[in-house]
Amino acid sequence: MTELSGWGRYPRHATRLLHPATPRAVQGLMAQQAGLIARGNGRAYGDAAIGAAATLGTGALDRIRAFDRETGRIRAEAGLLLCDLLALAVPLGLFPPVVPGTMAVTLGGMAAADVHGKNHHRDGGFGDHVEALTLALPGGGTLVCGPNENAAVFRATIGGMGLTGTILDLTFRLRPIATGWIRQNTVATADLDATLAALAAAGTAPYCVAWIDTLARGAGLGRGLVFAGEHAALADLAAGLPTAPRFPAARPAWLAVPCDLPSGTLNRLSVAAFNALYFRAGARQAGAPVLVPWDRYFFPLDAIGGWNRIYGRRGFLQYQFVVPGPGAGALVGAVIERVSHHGAASFLSVLKQLGPGHGALSFPMEGLTLTLDLPAAGPVFALLDELDRLVVAAGGRLYLAKDARQAPATFAAGYPGLPGFQALRRDIGAPGRIASRLSERLAI
Amino acid sequence: MAPQTLLLIGATSDIGRAIALRFAAAGWRLQFAARDLDEAARTADDVAARTGAAATLHRLDILEDDAFPAFLDGLPALPDAAVCVVGLLGDQARGEIDPAHARLVLRSNFEGPALLLGAIATRFSARGTGAIIGVSSVAGERGRGSNYLYGAAKAGFTAFLSGLRNRLAPRGIRVITVKPGFVRTRMTAHLKLPPLLTATPDDVAKAVAAAMAGRRDVVYARPVWRLVMTLVRLLPEPLFKRLKL
Ligand SMILES: Cc1cc2nc3c(=O)[nH]c(=O)nc-3n(C[C@H](O)[C@H](O)[C@H](O)COP(=O)(O)OP(=O)(O)OC[C@H]3O[C@@H](n4cnc5c(N)ncnc54)[C@H](O)[C@@H]3O)c2cc1C
Ligand SMILES: NC(=O)c1ccc[n+]([C@@H]2O[C@H](COP(=O)([O-])OP(=O)(O)OC[C@H]3O[C@@H](n4cnc5c(N)ncnc54)[C@H](OP(=O)(O)O)[C@@H]3O)[C@@H](O)[C@H]2O)c1
Repeated sequence: MTELSGWGRYPRHATRLLHPATPRAVQGLMAQQAGLIARGNGRAYGDAAIGAAATLGTGALDRIRAFDRETGRIRAEAGLLLCDLLALAVPLGLFPPVVPGTMAVTLGGMAAADVHGKNHHRDGGFGDHVEALTLALPGGGTLVCGPNENAAVFRATIGGMGLTGTILDLTFRLRPIATGWIRQNTVATADLDATLAALAAAGTAPYCVAWIDTLARGAGLGRGLVFAGEHAALADLAAGLPTAPRFPAARPAWLAVPCDLPSGTLNRLSVAAFNALYFRAGARQAGAPVLVPWDRYFFPLDAIGGWNRIYGRRGFLQYQFVVPGPGAGALVGAVIERVSHHGAASFLSVLKQLGPGHGALSFPMEGLTLTLDLPAAGPVFALLDELDRLVVAAGGRLYLAKDARQAPATFAAGYPGLPGFQALRRDIGAPGRIASRLSERLAI
Repeated sequence: MAPQTLLLIGATSDIGRAIALRFAAAGWRLQFAARDLDEAARTADDVAARTGAAATLHRLDILEDDAFPAFLDGLPALPDAAVCVVGLLGDQARGEIDPAHARLVLRSNFEGPALLLGAIATRFSARGTGAIIGVSSVAGERGRGSNYLYGAAKAGFTAFLSGLRNRLAPRGIRVITVKPGFVRTRMTAHLKLPPLLTATPDDVAKAVAAAMAGRRDVVYARPVWRLVMTLVRLLPEPLFKRLKL
């Protein structure tokens, strides 16, 4: 038995951790072992990748099976790490259609969580770009599925958090990029209305995201920085950084958190100091566009190895919700206000505009999504229960890849596709055979 | 210079894959030998996707030595270098009571690899050029209670490579012995390994490439192993036999 947790290091559960070496070995385990779930690189924050009885590591499934450098089409096994794919693709002038905020994820994890990037408002989630995937089913068989082939299983698998089976491989297309640089425009905003307006205005850019200083109160509530970005053209690079390499390599993490910091190191004061500094540094860059290397733009947190340890041994919670419609901005304001009054310090608070999603268990829906990091300490749980009620009342939902604590009723209210998903699970014989701590907690 | 060809014996191995990637990136052509060609194709596809080098696939079971001549005749060309990564850790406790399992460990790590590399050496010798790389193990330096069947077979293989090197050196044919130490692969996925002593498959591949480019005959993936094994060899037997190793 091994004790496993997600990236938030809360909760921890004992499970049998298995390491099948080949896709065929995965099929064998799927036939034999009940209470199994696939695990990619463990970057989901909560209990999604911890098996009820056993957890199937996919690290050995990391082969690229076909790669057309002209069209960018790639078929790769699900355990391939995004950072390895990027190391190969970027120098060839190719980039994935969607990337999350860390490159330490597997392709299987990206499809299973239907991850969204800074371009969701324009390009949809990763799942929208998957042309086909091979799924190892509960009984040990395999099924090839895609948007037009076994489409029901496909749609349930995208965003399905591993609960329809283990993805063995998947096919999608990388996109051409002219350089490995991002032309970034920063806008500093004074309050929430300004942030929302700047975010909407930046929506014409391929990538955009806002950072919110959740500790600012009163008139400054909701102040932040809005970052818009696009892949820089060769001419941008020639004009801005004539001697820079066209496709810079990812830089290794420059700092590693060597051990657990004492719980509580990140208190209101230290986060406030950080936020003030970050806000001022961002504001200085505002106005003129700057060129940023791709890894720093998309994956700033990867620069600090093991940053999840700064919350200490008891771990932390990431709270991410999306709310639809015209009232979304006001609801985000209400949430920030409560977090701020509660005195909980959120180190990372990211606001994004999402485009339409597609049901089942996939998270995105058209609306605003806010992400907060909070220590997994007693009073925070009560605060989040309160926030859940606001989110549900506004027709919103929580992201399963981040969740470690929501109640089954909150989940069911946010995901009207749940009964259909459960019916499909029954059809393929998944109940009992495929089960994670998350699926047990939420009665999926 | 015309591109050179590497024969990889044991193409489904994790260490083998890392070696193939390094050689392919350096412009080598590849021949893959394995008993399971579907699995070998996974790695061949991967190497092709990453480097552009296409490998040819050839069925080979290291326990079927009768088939070795036909296997070698069936290659598109006699390779310039051959690397053997075939090995089987086996289960020591089972081998102690089950002679068939003991025999499997001995044959997979020693007899099979030695007979095949011997046949290749003869062809290289007739041609007058070639390099042979055998992946053995530090487990062959001194038998330990916990894995002496594997260790004894690797000791035999190490001695075989040393003799082959001695025989072929005058003909300009290189024989390189690789002793990886602990390597994080599927062979060891279930074991707890000490981080400071544990290499990645690519560390082993790097050591092989460096040996090919330089003059070292016996290489370790991590230099610290040279020291560790010297100490292990120096321990007096009356003491050694009492240790739980
Ligand atoms: C710093 C950071 C930033 C992030 N930013 C974003 C972001 O911007 N947008 C976003 O959407 N997400 C984001 N995430 C979340 C992350 O992208 C997802 O949780 C992703 O699923 C993690 O991939 P993984 O390979 O680590 O999978 P794991 O965490 O191991 O597993 C996640 C889920 O995928 C399932 N799964 C994994 N592999 C397979 C497979 N082969 N077959 C079937 N199911 C499988 C698991 O069962 C589990 O339910 C971020 C996470 C971190 C730590
Ligand atoms: N990992 C370590 O810590 C470590 C340390 C020291 C030395 N080594 C040595 O390094 C080499 C490679 O090991 P690895 O770690 O990469 O492990 P591995 O992936 O298990 O490689 C072993 C290889 O041997 C092949 N093989 C076994 N029996 C065979 C047979 N009868 N016919 C054909 N092929 C056969 C296997 O093929 P199948 O896929 O068909 O089984 C596999 O390709 C081995 O010689 C091992 O002893 C490893």
